[in-house]
Amino acid sequence: MEQSLSIFFDQTVNGLVIGNIYGLIAVGLAVIFGVANLINFAHGSVYMVGAYVGWYSIMQLGLPLPVAFVVVAVICGILGILIERVGLRPLHGSARIAPLLATIGISFILDQLVQILFTPDPQRFESPIPAIRIPIGTTSIGLLDVLIAAVAITIATLLYVFLRYSKLGWALRATSQDREAAQQMGVDVNQVNRIAFALAAILGGIAGLLVGMYFQTVYPTMSAQAVLKGFAANLLGGLGSIPGALLGGLLLGLVESYGVALFSTSYRSLFAFIIVILMLLLRPNGLFNPKRQLPPEPLTGTFIPNNKRIHIPVWATVLGGVVALSLPFFFPNPYVMQVLTNAWLIGMVALSVTLVTGTAGQISLGQAGFLAIGAYTASLLTLRLQLPFELALLCAALFTAALGTLIVLPAFRLRSHYVAIATIGISEIINQIILNWRPVTNGALGLTNIPPPSLLGHEIVRPQEVYLFAFALLVGVALLQWKLINSPLGRVWRAVREDEVAAQAYGINLNYYKGLAFAVSAFIAGLSGAFMAHMYTYINYQTFTIPLSILALTMAILGGMGNILGAIVGALVLTILPELFRDLMDFRYLMYGVMLVALIRFRPQGLLGTE
Amino acid sequence: MPPLLTIHEVTRHFDGVQAVDNVSLGVKAGEFVSVIGPNGAGKTTFFNLIAGTDQPTSGQISFDGQSLVGLRPDQVAALGIARTFQNGRVFANLSVLDNVLIGTHARRTSQQTINPLGELWGAIVTSRALREEEARVRHDAESIIALFGERLTPRLHHPASSLSYANRRRVELARALALHPRLLLLDEPTAGMNPTETAEILEFIRRLKDQKLTILLIEHKLSLVMELSDRVIVMDNGRKIAEDVPHVIRRDPYVIEAYLGHRRPSADSAAEMTALDRTNANVQARTAP
Repeated sequence: MEQSLSIFFDQTVNGLVIGNIYGLIAVGLAVIFGVANLINFAHGSVYMVGAYVGWYSIMQLGLPLPVAFVVVAVICGILGILIERVGLRPLHGSARIAPLLATIGISFILDQLVQILFTPDPQRFESPIPAIRIPIGTTSIGLLDVLIAAVAITIATLLYVFLRYSKLGWALRATSQDREAAQQMGVDVNQVNRIAFALAAILGGIAGLLVGMYFQTVYPTMSAQAVLKGFAANLLGGLGSIPGALLGGLLLGLVESYGVALFSTSYRSLFAFIIVILMLLLRPNGLFNPKRQLPPEPLTGTFIPNNKRIHIPVWATVLGGVVALSLPFFFPNPYVMQVLTNAWLIGMVALSVTLVTGTAGQISLGQAGFLAIGAYTASLLTLRLQLPFELALLCAALFTAALGTLIVLPAFRLRSHYVAIATIGISEIINQIILNWRPVTNGALGLTNIPPPSLLGHEIVRPQEVYLFAFALLVGVALLQWKLINSPLGRVWRAVREDEVAAQAYGINLNYYKGLAFAVSAFIAGLSGAFMAHMYTYINYQTFTIPLSILALTMAILGGMGNILGAIVGALVLTILPELFRDLMDFRYLMYGVMLVALIRFRPQGLLGTE
Repeated sequence: MPPLLTIHEVTRHFDGVQAVDNVSLGVKAGEFVSVIGPNGAGKTTFFNLIAGTDQPTSGQISFDGQSLVGLRPDQVAALGIARTFQNGRVFANLSVLDNVLIGTHARRTSQQTINPLGELWGAIVTSRALREEEARVRHDAESIIALFGERLTPRLHHPASSLSYANRRRVELARALALHPRLLLLDEPTAGMNPTETAEILEFIRRLKDQKLTILLIEHKLSLVMELSDRVIVMDNGRKIAEDVPHVIRRDPYVIEAYLGHRRPSADSAAEMTALDRTNANVQARTAP
């Protein structure tokens, strides 16, 4: 009894400490959401940068801890101002999703830069705080735990006082209430945004420093889940509410801590994602506010600027197809074949995004989840049931369509960037289930020895054959999609994208048509994932992750949203470009990030124009 | 004959505000009824309740014997109720023709959306029946657009975002007609239009009325309302405060006060009315008895 009580106590302390850190991250997100109405996806990267700056100051430069805090605050504050300048200010007036995508691009850039500077490997971070434990009854609490709690509470109090009683805080609150009106009253809105971003970045950076000390290690990928955890905490406390963010952070920390104690550490991330989905659906205004209503949203949240589409004549398309088809016969270089095969397969993913996001207007950042379902289904069918590859491929795609639609169904009542976040969450939940459902998925070890693709009993292993098979799939999918978007069904999808309220008033059942769009999209992505699994012959829960979803979305934006040929061109460009500069291979995601930011800023309609 | 649309003691609260307060109304088939009242009187909320965009806190709404309460907007549309929006909501990146074709959707659902697989299959292989239906509704849409003559016909394939404001409102009206409505809800169809354009729309609506289409109209331009309506409803603070034929409503002291400021209407010039209409938001509205 005594022992379990002490375990309970330890878990509570642990949860509260982590919860304080989540709270700090969440407060940063809340400040930005408040003034700019933006979910800043670069926030996790700022937090990671903060951890690295702290580590470098203490471990490499040997600075004392208080100085390290100041260095982190200054560098992260500057970083926050830069993010506002690049990711938000130039995009004022464009679709709400534009700055969100820009911050995703910026987070790619920051993550890659840190990897280039300090290698992807974790760095050891010895806490300068002496490992003294203060005894409490039968158990004890560490000095660092106390420090973290003290820092978090002090910062939250200071922030509260600043917002409540200073002139600038007053301007900040006015801007978050009504940007236009604040501007009319002489508030320099850009200045306010800059300060909000700087403040948020300082909070994020300090949270990173504290986490680095707490876990005694820093690594570039620590940014990945910070935003979603912060966002989960935010949702718990009510989006944009600062005390709510802190409370939500504590609550999330406790839930995770108890959850891990009850189940297993591999479930840790699952809780945050489930909280995100549940809160979005059931109590989007937070636990403390009973009204089921999201903050006001633009009626169309799509990323479709008015533009003239570049018309590609049919003969040019056919010619391109013929060239691609004859390539393996005239130039069967295995390396070229392999690169292009990758382009065709990820091109299918880009097609699946461009359908659901470009044509039907439902921003999906969760295509990787569909790929994973398709890949695992097909592999299990061939491995366990010895189904022939062709049949497994088809079954997997159909199963992905069915299951995929079913699991995104709850997100249909959401709009615009909430759909984006829900799809990210869902895709991560899929990976977490794969990780934890060991009897079926083999857990972290993944599936090995997946048989290679085959056609009518003939194994497809030669690069040219794989190339041709993948290309045939891509062409088939593209033709199918072309038929669909030019049918009355395509028209209905575009109407849903343009204005849900008007579409519904004219008899369009929104859930039904969104479901159809997601079903087709999941079918295509599942097909691609199933093929990839057999081509790789090995998959695990980390084969299909969020960066892949974002990459596919970038390809779709590059080519022009909703534009079929555009998605394929986008996939080709973004697959071939890094290959042309072999030395830059390690910096691929840096390039993708720069590309995403630049596209949204300078050519949101993409290369070929939106359709 | 029972009314086509029956609204019985309908109420809608928003956080303690009575947007629509115990309103009853019957509209017979072929009738033209207008709703007037100052801004914020609850007229658009009232429309939203009928169209399914919003749900009443209490009360009943039925159309041709069927209750509309609890139905989604698309289900209401499928029953043959079309609406236009106060601020004009066209599909900006869709062509004029596609906008109007969306209006035919509610009529097609019976054949088309039997099941999702059937619909996808139909879109991919395009059966003859489907092709013929598409040709039929396209012809229908084009002839509705042709009713607006030179205003829209030359712009059939232009995106709606490229149209002038008045033309967008015309597209919206065409889209509503493409539903072949049994009841048409018009929410300020001439808002923001100049006198010439207003007169044109008035003529257009008059023709619809002559064809015995049942119409419920929200409008601020009294000249238009008085000329077209069989009956006029006056709303204020969510309540129905008067209901009668136009020439009685015209003499109603409240309407005179609210719209004309203690002065009997003199000449019924549209331009003057418009100018007066603009001021009526500022007129201190009398609280209803």
